[in-house]
Amino acid sequence: MLELTPKKVSDRSTLRINPIKTCQPVGAMYAALGVHQCMPHSHGSQGCCSFHRMFLTRHFKDPAIASSSSFTEGASVFGGGSNLKTAIKNIFDIYDPEIIAVHTTCLSETIGDDLNGYIQDAKVPEGKLVVHTNTPSYVGSHITGYYNMISGFIKYLSMATGEKNGKLALFPGFVNPGDMREMKRLMKLMGTEFIMLPDTSGVLDAPMTGTYTMYPKGGTTIPDIRDLGNCEMTLGLGELTSEFPADFLEKKCKVPYKTLPLPIGVENTDAFIMALNQFSKNEVPYEIEEERGQLMDILLDSHQYTHNKTVAIFGDPDTVLGMAQIALEMGMIPKYMVTGTPGAAFDRKAAALLEKFGVEGCTAKQAGDLFELHQWIKNDPVDLLIGGTHGKQVARAEDIPLVRVGFPIIDRYVHSYMPIVGYKGAIRLAELILNALMDRQDRDCEDEDLEMVM
Amino acid sequence: MKNDAAILPERAQSIRFSECSGDGIKCESASVSGAVSQRACVYCGARVVLNPITDAFHLVHGPIGCASYTWDIRGSLSSDEEGYRNSYSTDLRETDVIFGGEKKLVAAIDEIMASHAPKVIFIYATCIVGVIGDDIDAVCRNAEAKYGIRVIAVKSPGFSGTKKTGYKMACNAIMSLITPEFLPAKTAGVNILGDFNLAGEMWIIKNYLRRIGVEVVANITGDAKVEDLKQAPAAQLNLVQCAGSMTYLAKQMEEVFDIPFIKVSFFGVTDTSDSLMRIAYAVGDKEVIKRAKAFIEEEKNRVIPLLDKYKKNLEGKKAAIYVGGGFKAISLIRQFHEFGMNTVMVGTQTGSKDDYEVIQHLVDEDAVILDDANPAELEAFMKEMGADILVGGVKERPLAYKLGVAFCDHNHERKHPLAGYEGTLNFASEINLSMNSPVWEIISQGGIKNV
Repeated sequence: MLELTPKKVSDRSTLRINPIKTCQPVGAMYAALGVHQCMPHSHGSQGCCSFHRMFLTRHFKDPAIASSSSFTEGASVFGGGSNLKTAIKNIFDIYDPEIIAVHTTCLSETIGDDLNGYIQDAKVPEGKLVVHTNTPSYVGSHITGYYNMISGFIKYLSMATGEKNGKLALFPGFVNPGDMREMKRLMKLMGTEFIMLPDTSGVLDAPMTGTYTMYPKGGTTIPDIRDLGNCEMTLGLGELTSEFPADFLEKKCKVPYKTLPLPIGVENTDAFIMALNQFSKNEVPYEIEEERGQLMDILLDSHQYTHNKTVAIFGDPDTVLGMAQIALEMGMIPKYMVTGTPGAAFDRKAAALLEKFGVEGCTAKQAGDLFELHQWIKNDPVDLLIGGTHGKQVARAEDIPLVRVGFPIIDRYVHSYMPIVGYKGAIRLAELILNALMDRQDRDCEDEDLEMVM
Repeated sequence: MKNDAAILPERAQSIRFSECSGDGIKCESASVSGAVSQRACVYCGARVVLNPITDAFHLVHGPIGCASYTWDIRGSLSSDEEGYRNSYSTDLRETDVIFGGEKKLVAAIDEIMASHAPKVIFIYATCIVGVIGDDIDAVCRNAEAKYGIRVIAVKSPGFSGTKKTGYKMACNAIMSLITPEFLPAKTAGVNILGDFNLAGEMWIIKNYLRRIGVEVVANITGDAKVEDLKQAPAAQLNLVQCAGSMTYLAKQMEEVFDIPFIKVSFFGVTDTSDSLMRIAYAVGDKEVIKRAKAFIEEEKNRVIPLLDKYKKNLEGKKAAIYVGGGFKAISLIRQFHEFGMNTVMVGTQTGSKDDYEVIQHLVDEDAVILDDANPAELEAFMKEMGADILVGGVKERPLAYKLGVAFCDHNHERKHPLAGYEGTLNFASEINLSMNSPVWEIISQGGIKNV
């Protein structure tokens, strides 16, 4: 497999091979699914909507609902205004959401569709809402689309009434429903009142009930999105993902913000808990201290198996940085850190992280791809790969274990229900990483070296 | 009309209850704006047909998404080359959209040629390529002249039709690739059109043909290689399997290469046996006919007793079908019939009027027939008709499970080969495993009733 990947790294400035990103609209669709009774709407060709739903379904193993403007030749020439008008009417008539969240596509952006105008002119039933965001597929990545959609909700709905609500606005970053659940659990334990946008828990990890509901119970409610403008402050988790909407909310509603790395690993979770502590002024309860202590215990018990192991991490920028943090905390060396999402901030943050731990000889790259990562590994291999499903070809070709973390994971189950954030998430990551390394040792060692007790 | 609440008024013409007569179902048209359609686009149609050509380079010219979503998803197996399992794209950025993407496309081709030696590069032009004014025909012509290989444009902007339009674009690309300067002398062999070697099905069928003494010239496109494809004009007969995608190519090959075609299906014992006999008669060789008869007899004797073991678990159950093409739906209805099961709902993404007429004759009077259905409709009718299992693709799986209905993927994510006699056994085994899994007992214990 992948025998076409040459060892020699050649100049490749235009050709993208085996991407570690996808386009903005799928991120926007994911964000919109985290709003209660919301229909994400793709304003473009039919295939976009179908591909995005398929992509999300493959990752979450749950239905991902969204509608499409279904562009035809005519729309591509005369604009998609009438398609959107018809779509809005049809969606409210038959699927009856509370809100439609429109995102654009490369096509509707290129032909210059004026979404503001279209939505103003649209007939929206009393009490229902339509919001939009621009998600040109040729800018940024799905991460960009995700935070653009969050900002779109804020732009249309959030208002500062002048009366503060005493709540924390939380942007969770591009994470799974399982992570969002864990963030909520920690905030509740810390006695923090919060509004989280989006919240895909209870939507893309909805329970099996024997009936199919287009709009499951979860998701941020519309009153809560409006009320974001009255929050005391914003905490944006995942600095490269959540700064944009946090800044947007500050500009619109004067809600001051702070950003932190995704709470992956010890130090990042500590920072999250301390931020909650400062906000709520509540003591850290024993329950959280106990979890932290358990994590310490586990890291200590197992440190010999992880120390100095080299690892290649690929995926979304904040996830990669978080995984590099926990890898370093486990004594591992994040030799390669690659994200497909463009943005020089990733390189700077990765360099700062390495400096903090005093580790040298590692490479970080934004706007990279898996083909190049594979070439690096061919030249100088690693002990472990961490990333999404698409790394499985490289893992097989180079015979390196793969720990599946991030997006998308389309060849395994359960992952989206389980957190990687918080101390609990760190315990889970430690187990995944240790199992991968130790299974490997059991598999590769000589008969006489097979250890019963490890 | 039943279930009014679940049906968009514009969609009413695309849903038929089998007893309805009149003008027939509305199909082969664009989807309604605002519908949560399960349908894909022109690019998707073109890509799925061409993707199984294992030694071709598939370069997507456009923003990154279309390349990401189609990266190694088809489950088409290869006996040799693995190049097609990579994702190549020009990853167009904002500056390219403003200044045009032609230069980037030229450079991307150069970069492929700098480190590889492909025989053909397919350039898929997605939604915005035409809009930003890239002349990809010129780029392809120049690249062909420069490198002496085939560089074929597949113009597949998503908005330019349905998935079926994409099939046509792919067929045109195949014709462009295989049309020789002079027609070769005919051989005794046949081409297989419209099998994509999902889970190795092409290998099963080729093996059957070998057993009855029919030689295969070219596989189009499952496990295909460029040099083999170029031999296709020498075949004496085309066997068309996925009729929805490949009838168009078969007709062109008939006109240009003088190769007649027959439609075949290898889903289910009946269709597999019928198809093998029809192939044998079409080839017209007495020895082949004799061998086909013997082979079918042998396989039936082997497989039917095994199927009968499943039958007691399957008999009387109700099946719902939602698949891409009409021809497959027809085969599935017949197959369920063989298992003693009744098809109560059947829908397709791209079925034609003819397909729907056949379907109407195969199912019971009260069965529901849908074109380009959406999840709300699928849900409503599966519940109303009390389906025990849904056969569909990736987007339908979680829907079925949420409803407590068993499921079998008959699309890209099929777990085992479902074609031929072996495939029929696999299919029976899979639907038996899903319908009779203990999981249904467990989930109904919590007070959740199965649909």
